Amino acid sequence: MSLSQGADKLDITDPLPKSQSSKMAKSSEDNEKKSLVKKRKDSEICLPIVYGNIAVWLGKKRPLSEHQSHKWTIYVRGATNEDLGVVIKRVVFQLHSSFNNPTRIIENPPFELSESGWGEFEIAMTLFFHGDVSDKPLHLFHHLKLYPEDESGPLSIKKPVVVEAYDEIVFSEPTEAFFARVQNHPALVVPRVPVDFTLPPVPMEEHGNGKRGDTKDHPLNQWFTTFSEADELLKLAAARQQVQAHIARLRRQMILIDGQQQHLKASDL
Amino acid sequence: MDAKDILGLPKSALPSQEKKSKAPRESQRKPDGISREVYALTGGMAPLMPAVDFSQLKRKAQPENEKITWQWLPFTNSARKDDLQLYHWVRVVNGVPPTGDYSFSKFNKSVDVIKYTDEEYEKCLTDPISDQRINLYRVWTKEETDQLFDMCQRFDLRFIVIADRFPSSKTVEELKNRYYSVSRAIMIARAPSLGDVAGHPLVKEPYNKSQEIERKRALSLVLSHTKQQERRDVEVLAEAKRISEARKTIKASREPELPVISDTGLVGTDMATVDADNVSPSMDPQFPPSMATNPVAEIASVISSLRMMRVYLRSYAHEQMVQAASSSAGLRTIKRVEQTLQDLGVNLKPRVPTKAVCSEHLELRKEILSLLNLQKQLLYKEAEGSSYRDGAYAETPGTPPKRSQRATELDRTFTPDPTSFLGERFGKGDQKRKGSGRLAEAPSSPAQSKRPRKFKASD
Repeated sequence: MSLSQGADKLDITDPLPKSQSSKMAKSSEDNEKKSLVKKRKDSEICLPIVYGNIAVWLGKKRPLSEHQSHKWTIYVRGATNEDLGVVIKRVVFQLHSSFNNPTRIIENPPFELSESGWGEFEIAMTLFFHGDVSDKPLHLFHHLKLYPEDESGPLSIKKPVVVEAYDEIVFSEPTEAFFARVQNHPALVVPRVPVDFTLPPVPMEEHGNGKRGDTKDHPLNQWFTTFSEADELLKLAAARQQVQAHIARLRRQMILIDGQQQHLKASDL
Repeated sequence: MDAKDILGLPKSALPSQEKKSKAPRESQRKPDGISREVYALTGGMAPLMPAVDFSQLKRKAQPENEKITWQWLPFTNSARKDDLQLYHWVRVVNGVPPTGDYSFSKFNKSVDVIKYTDEEYEKCLTDPISDQRINLYRVWTKEETDQLFDMCQRFDLRFIVIADRFPSSKTVEELKNRYYSVSRAIMIARAPSLGDVAGHPLVKEPYNKSQEIERKRALSLVLSHTKQQERRDVEVLAEAKRISEARKTIKASREPELPVISDTGLVGTDMATVDADNVSPSMDPQFPPSMATNPVAEIASVISSLRMMRVYLRSYAHEQMVQAASSSAGLRTIKRVEQTLQDLGVNLKPRVPTKAVCSEHLELRKEILSLLNLQKQLLYKEAEGSSYRDGAYAETPGTPPKRSQRATELDRTFTPDPTSFLGERFGKGDQKRKGSGRLAEAPSSPAQSKRPRKFKASD
């Protein structure tokens, strides 16, 4: 792998003599592959996700059995409900050992799993990415919540219990291929491309089963939380202002004390 | 003893009681081998191991071969100017009295005080007129200089004695100054060339009166330090040492840091260096050196380890950065930071951890840390101020009374009652802070009561 330092440009092979034209064709192919694998330094791609569960109480009369008191769905979705399939190849949900086949593999988006049960436990979700994204998987953990916060309140068939968490997956120094593939994809936050950069051709993505991978029209999407950073940013800015004002005040006091002490010292001579 | 009986107190309750009853009993017993007084010196009780071997004490000089007698003989003292003959006991060995000078005469040392003539005085020793204008009392007349030298000769340069007996009142430093400068001038004047006397200590290091005054004042200050002040000094010195060491580690870590950054080609090198720049100014005077870890180095290592991971969750990255930034703060400080965050209505962990939110959160935490450090510094300064004022009172006499008055005036305008107030703070100190590590505790500001309201959840 030839990794030139911090270069934005693609590698261009030197022109070879005509007798080796076939080789040239092959080597340029190789070079293209190599260039696709080469990493973009000084940049990162960010994938905002939301993961969690929605649980619904099945009421007193239950179709299946006593022990299936709730129906719940655990999922990983895009924060704006976009299709995550462009980045994530599959998700493996590891359930409690009391479940049949506790290791559930979801090969296509939307990456979710529905089950029924009565118990709350921690679910481990392993995200596997496409080859050009990352070799290593990423682990998420979520505590399955079935019962509402207010323990004494009545259970409702209509109102589900929703617990979601926002996070962002950061891909630092992404490969050129990945970068090119997701340039304009709505699910991701991608840095701007410099003007002189030429994108290699991008193969079209297709999902195997023809189903849509986004969750914009998901049946449960009325319960999805919208996470906005504006609120938090506002609070943080206000807090910082207060702290800074406090610091300024203390600094003034320090100067005052210093001055007085200097005065005292001077009077000793 | 009867009173104790009446009160019903046990007789052998107090150990001091026991000792007292023991002591008279001990003295009544006559120990063998050593006299009673010597025995009392050892504590009045028999040591476990005999401190002195009794057999040694009993043994007398056993010169079998020599005949020793003691005779009452006259002697002369070469240190005396007259020929006075006194008598004393002399150990005579085999009829031969000891020879040699009186054994104490060698201690009769004297100083060679320079003697100048009148012409020499007029030529180079008259006190310059410029001094006279400054302070009339400081001028040295010839009579005074003569008297000084005479006394120096008599009292062997014991300036304390000379100062005591000097007719016009002059301080020890003034006397010394005059004596040494006169001697120096004479020596230089008499020497054929300057080079001959350049090696002489008088010429090489002339007496510096102001420096001497300052030195003695500082000494007296140190002497008059109370135990508490000593402890505080030690604390401050230790902290200064820690801070300077921390600074050294920053500098040391900065140099190896730079090549590391360029090698791995870190994403957002600006971010790394900006972080370093932001952290180090706040670090230098203000970071509590309770743990020796260096936040700048920690943050750099966190950044590079995240790079290595390639794929990570932002919440995880944020946690690591927070830990790195507070790596030099103790557990208690971190708790106070978190308490402050709660008071400000900010989540300890951001609910929506976007890039912007995480960086703001981190900056806020750093600012809170520097705020807490500033508060601590302020406390120290106040303590310093009050201890300094205490020291000023304990100074050598001769300070005019009005000066101490001025100090108390400053005292009053500055803070209502610094010593007792601070004493209270330092007394309760850590325990109080543990209970409620709120910002409202900071003592220095007079608007103390207003602060709690400020930090409630924003309206």
